Amino acid sequence: MGQTIAEKILSRAAGRQVQAGEIVVARVDQVMAQDGTAPLAIQVFRQMGGKKPFDPERVNLVIDHSAPSPTESISNLHKMMREFAWEHGCRLYDIGDGVCHQVMVESGRVGPGCVVVGADSHTCTYGALGAFATGVGSTDLAAALISGHLWFKVPETIKVVCHGPLPPGVFAKDLILYLIGRFTADGATYKAVEYTGSAIKELSMEGRFTVANMAVEMGAKVGLMEVDEKTWEWLKEHGGGEFTAFSPDPDAAYAKVVEFDLTSISPQVACPHRVDNVSPIEKVAGTKIDQAFIGTCTNGRLEDLRVAARILAGRKIHPRVRLVVAPASRKVYLQAMREGILATLVEAGAAVVTPGCGPCVGTHNGVPADGEVVVSTANRNFKGRMGNAKAEIYLASPATVAASAIAGEITDPRLFLK
Amino acid sequence: MRGRAHKFGDDINTDYIISGKYKFKTLDMEELARHVMEDLDPEFYHKIRPGDFIVAGWNFGCGSSREQAPLVIKHARIGAVLAKSFARIFFRNAINTGLPVVECDTDQIEAGDELEVDLARGVVENLTKGISIPIKPLPPVMLKILEDGGLIAHFQKYGGFKLEGV
Repeated sequence: MGQTIAEKILSRAAGRQVQAGEIVVARVDQVMAQDGTAPLAIQVFRQMGGKKPFDPERVNLVIDHSAPSPTESISNLHKMMREFAWEHGCRLYDIGDGVCHQVMVESGRVGPGCVVVGADSHTCTYGALGAFATGVGSTDLAAALISGHLWFKVPETIKVVCHGPLPPGVFAKDLILYLIGRFTADGATYKAVEYTGSAIKELSMEGRFTVANMAVEMGAKVGLMEVDEKTWEWLKEHGGGEFTAFSPDPDAAYAKVVEFDLTSISPQVACPHRVDNVSPIEKVAGTKIDQAFIGTCTNGRLEDLRVAARILAGRKIHPRVRLVVAPASRKVYLQAMREGILATLVEAGAAVVTPGCGPCVGTHNGVPADGEVVVSTANRNFKGRMGNAKAEIYLASPATVAASAIAGEITDPRLFLK
Repeated sequence: MRGRAHKFGDDINTDYIISGKYKFKTLDMEELARHVMEDLDPEFYHKIRPGDFIVAGWNFGCGSSREQAPLVIKHARIGAVLAKSFARIFFRNAINTGLPVVECDTDQIEAGDELEVDLARGVVENLTKGISIPIKPLPPVMLKILEDGGLIAHFQKYGGFKLEGV
């Protein structure tokens, strides 16, 4: 019987032919943990009797969730990570290097056919590179750190066919918000998603990362895409090594196949306090905002900053609004400086902060006040997510967030993109 | 296990279980446990009697991979979480860390009901209502990890994974 991409990758990693439903103990190619999960993983690693990681070259520790550290207790946890990395020769990404998922896809060490586990739920981002990449907790991560293996239930796959092209002013983020609205927050639980169709193929790699990133927002274990020339080009640019790409067999068995026509959708907005509470922009336009945020592992990449700069060039953000911008990585930050993007954003009134996750997850760098409304390019709008349960968070594309920052209310970016 | 039901709704995410603003601060789970479910019910921690149950709807534990989520529930002295379904990462984390997670029809349980959860028999007895609710059995791999006392104990026992073919 034919196999899906997930079945093929796990077959290779387990060293035998597997089908959905089977349990496998598979080798992992890379492991990653960030500062919210690594300290606990290191503690568990020691409790499990771990002496050294299975292969330090394949271990990535990223300090991004509270970077630079806002408190002494967090500083002590960061110190624990640094000392572990230095002692064992693991790869350490320290403050300013960037958001874990962005540094991982930029690293050249993750690519087609890889199995990657990360102690962060948005590890599914690397599915855009054809990798079986999934989020795990600290104990699973510690087990992988010691053994280089982890157990997986081979997931069933949902094939999601996205017919395009997307209309002008509608972006990768709008596409994935639309899908999550249709699937709901648990519509793909325990499943792999294979995204395909012309709307996906036409996306840049950066846009594909955005779409793969939010697979977990519908409960999925991984969000996979087929490898094509754009994928290989990205890997070449980022020093990628040897990889084996897998395509689904024509007779692969899917849990279901769902088709969407995206040729006439509007920009989409996820309303408080659920990611699947999605509306077209026409329904929420006019909602007053206090803060706008562009960044995160979903939408802090160069393409995102470019479109924001295009909209904000020669304009000023609304006097009653703050705009916080966090480039996704040091590389993104540097290139945005070189292209003059950051100058444009800062002139418009943006506050640029260190690459990292702080504003998205509520640790620091832009915690909203009671009753305030935020429009953000992040992937979650749960109550309390940004550090204040009395605030409201809307999720949208970088273009929508930039347009809203100018108008002071949620605004259709197409008004500024004509 | 016997205790009272504390009822929550669908899609209880990991930010509600332990807010992001606390989770990074410390590895002291007793301290973090004081903030369990705080954004939904600021007094929740003080309402718990040891052995009580969290009872919820669909997709409990969606969101972050943070293992602090099952750990704070456990450290808050909750005996088990009962839900109609669980999000994938949370479910694994709960088993790995030894927090019992029970998939069953929670519509038959109301806040304050006295429950007896019998994992061996695979049944929840709602003592207040006098009804028995069957529990969906755990996958064999997870049963094996739970029987070993969690994944840490499993590794201590075998020095690695001893799961294939379970």
